[in-house]
Amino acid sequence: MDIPSKSRKYIAIKKKISLLFSLIVILIYFSFILLIGFNPSILIISINNSSLTYGIIFGLSIICLSIILTLIYTLISNLYLDKMKDNT
Amino acid sequence: MESNFFASIIFLGFVFITLAITYFASKKTNTKENYYAAGEKVSGFQNGLAIAGDYMSAASFLGISGLVYLSGFDGLIYSIGFLVGWPIILFLIAEKLKNLGKFTFADVTTIRLKQSKVRILSSIATLITVLFYLIAQMVGAGSLIQILFDLPYELAIWIVGILMIIYVSFGGMIATTWVQIIKAFLLIFGATFLSYLVLKDFSFSLTNLLDEAVKIHDSGTSILFPGKLINDPVSAISLGIALIFGTAGLPHILMRFFTVPDAKSARVSAFYATSLIGYFYILTFIIGFGAIVFLSKNSIYFNEQGTLIGSNNMAAIHLSHAVGGDIFLGFISAVAFATILAVVSGLTLAGASAVGRDLYVYVFNKGNVNEKKEIRVSKLSSVLIGIIAIFLGIMFEGQNVAFMVGLAFAIAASTNFPVLFLSINWKYLTTNGAYYGGMLGLIFTVLLVILGPTIWVDIFQFHNPVFPYKYPALFSVTFSFFSIMVISKIDKNNNSKDNINKFSKMINKAYLGKK
Repeated sequence: MDIPSKSRKYIAIKKKISLLFSLIVILIYFSFILLIGFNPSILIISINNSSLTYGIIFGLSIICLSIILTLIYTLISNLYLDKMKDNT
Repeated sequence: MESNFFASIIFLGFVFITLAITYFASKKTNTKENYYAAGEKVSGFQNGLAIAGDYMSAASFLGISGLVYLSGFDGLIYSIGFLVGWPIILFLIAEKLKNLGKFTFADVTTIRLKQSKVRILSSIATLITVLFYLIAQMVGAGSLIQILFDLPYELAIWIVGILMIIYVSFGGMIATTWVQIIKAFLLIFGATFLSYLVLKDFSFSLTNLLDEAVKIHDSGTSILFPGKLINDPVSAISLGIALIFGTAGLPHILMRFFTVPDAKSARVSAFYATSLIGYFYILTFIIGFGAIVFLSKNSIYFNEQGTLIGSNNMAAIHLSHAVGGDIFLGFISAVAFATILAVVSGLTLAGASAVGRDLYVYVFNKGNVNEKKEIRVSKLSSVLIGIIAIFLGIMFEGQNVAFMVGLAFAIAASTNFPVLFLSINWKYLTTNGAYYGGMLGLIFTVLLVILGPTIWVDIFQFHNPVFPYKYPALFSVTFSFFSIMVISKIDKNNNSKDNINKFSKMINKAYLGKK
């Protein structure tokens, strides 16, 4: 089946963006998991001698980052890429 | 007891409102669109709330805050794992699912593969996932309600079971969606207020709270360190894989994306779901540490053995009493009850669709069934699944069912997810590859769980596990992908050519929508 070149371009961009976003999340999450598995001593360093550790900061940042990345992805797709799709 | 009275009033209010919604919804459940997908009229924001409602089970609220209470940092590892599946669902699955499917995720996998075989696989995997998840929820519900409302275990199971049957069989997806939305709202509000009451004593500083928790806890600073639950790299990675890809393969979660009108709202709902669930997990972290600070010194929350009354899972419940008194305890108890009810309803609906649609229509009748009959069978299946869940819930009273949620996630990650992912991303997937490869993956996963520490040692009482790891996902997911791909590649029948040829057309639809 023939796919018009405009659609093909849209699909290619969309694929790249979803792959890129997924890789960022997977990379950050598994670096956290691998630190826990292989080198937890980094995660237990405390900040300013308080009970707040790098591990807790890292962990809570992953949650915040997930939210921010889904927001960015949704905005890019809904505001920008969907217009491109409608023109295909 | 005063708290009991408040809890009952609030819970009865919840039941009354949800039953009223079910009554109005029941007038509309005569079409497939309304019964399975709420007429695709759910907005992105509403669906985000409903997804969060479906996903934030009592296990995440009570279980994770209890885990943080018990071992601090390790609880965070779980909550992060449960969350990061969400961005992945948005980036890789949500909009394609909406563009390609109608009511169940098997609608998507069967677009270019042969109906009957693939539907058999996905309905078996769905039913196993749903049943194990349901048993775990039911047993948890029984013991929780027993403690919270002083009701006998069996009666509690019957109440939960009958209410969920009513919601699902009469109200279908419309009622189930609203049950989820109301519950999500109550749970988020309750957890927010609980965290507020905890943090206000520490001038809203997480550091102050942690400092105090370290001072009070018996294990001192070690509650800030990872490693009590997961202490080797393989388990850590394996758990991570199970949580990420398991979430993306849970049938009751995937089904929610069919209730919105288009891909745009599917994305919006995944964004709201991620935000709400992420925010909620940050709260459970605060609640867990709050429980360490506020409960540890107070003997009224402990039994003679020195453990929390009703197990560590009751940490959040006791905390609500410690910081908010009887009325707030009543409110949180009612919220926990509503939470269980909402989650089991979502699961039952997913199970009923697998039987009514995937099995009855496509496997037994090759697609030739009229709408009225299909809905009747689905409704009957929801009643049947409800009754099975009630009996299994009673049967497993007092047993260790924690492994069942793990098994459900492992099967979702190793069967549903690979088939769904490959069908929309890998051109060379064939019917036989998906069917035989997926079945092998399913069997392999169940075997690894049985031979692993949770069943082989804890339940069968053998000394050493045959398979050493508690979480099989690293091995089972890899195995599934491998077997599906190898079988697809060596599959040379005529049908497989057709599977491959239909790929580009499907991709077009997956990205561009139903034009």
